[in-house]
Amino acid sequence: MAAEAKIDPMHQFAIAPIGSDSLTTSPFQFTNSSLWMLIVLALIVAFMWGGRKRELVPGRWQAAVEYLTGFVDNITRQNIGPEGRKYLPWVFTSFVFILFANWIGAMPFAIAGAHPFTVTSQFSVTGVMSLLSFAIVLIVGFWKHKLHFFSLFVPKDTPFILKILIAPIEFISFLVRPFSLGLRPFVAMFAGHILLVVFGNFVVQGLNAGTAMGYGISALCFVFVVGVNALELLVGAIQAYVFALLTALYINDAVNLH
Amino acid sequence: MDLASAQVIGAGLAAIGVGAAAAGVGNVFGSFLTGALRNPGAADGQQGRLFIGFAAAELLGLMAFAVAMIILYAR
Repeated sequence: MAAEAKIDPMHQFAIAPIGSDSLTTSPFQFTNSSLWMLIVLALIVAFMWGGRKRELVPGRWQAAVEYLTGFVDNITRQNIGPEGRKYLPWVFTSFVFILFANWIGAMPFAIAGAHPFTVTSQFSVTGVMSLLSFAIVLIVGFWKHKLHFFSLFVPKDTPFILKILIAPIEFISFLVRPFSLGLRPFVAMFAGHILLVVFGNFVVQGLNAGTAMGYGISALCFVFVVGVNALELLVGAIQAYVFALLTALYINDAVNLH
Repeated sequence: MDLASAQVIGAGLAAIGVGAAAAGVGNVFGSFLTGALRNPGAADGQQGRLFIGFAAAELLGLMAFAVAMIILYAR
């Protein structure tokens, strides 16, 4: 990946079609992003199926699956209330997909020359997921409260002058939500992987230099890369949790209106 | 000054915001820990709010990072 001394950290995010190049005029291509999305999906399905034995005394696998479902169920129940069950499917889907995509993308191995591609490092993926969350908020809000939904922007028991000031601010902050919701998991993965590539290149360049100092820097950077990789796993889990949590909070706004 | 140098300098200036967000995130977790050590019983119930505060503080740093990247790779 490293050419001479020039580091190209953006190369890993390139989306390229897999298979025949003769179809390049078609806008529908099977790309490395699609491939890794399918791999993530297959892993999720395998993980969930493995825990569906419904034993009375759960084994390790079933306990893991039950912990995961219970964890997300808790997010919706605590933030939306008893009605939150209805929105569990979307919150669970987004949480598990982002979690698995982040973790698979952080894997340092390569299968048959194909390096793990972090699906969530593209804003087109996380942006569409956040737009779906936003659409659910809008649809549920207008369905349940009709035009009364607009009272979301006006705080209760506030002096009239303050209401005039606060309502536009609330409105803008409401409109920024899908953008910020999608930007967060995207940039977290994007920045982390750039860091990994840059310091991974330092390891190789230090070895190539062949001097004692080069080997020292190489060893230090290797330790750093291992640490950052571990941090990436933590960040991936936190970003998935934050996405699910904020989705639940926004849906709570639409369901309960303050 | 040619465009490439100006881009690098601008991206570097934009990256200052990431450091400011780091102070913000540290403040969120530090304040949480201060409160949690005084009343450990109430700490677990506030973890949702902890992560909301973390997300809000972190987002501004990510915005600074996005601006830096846009400046650096703009043509």
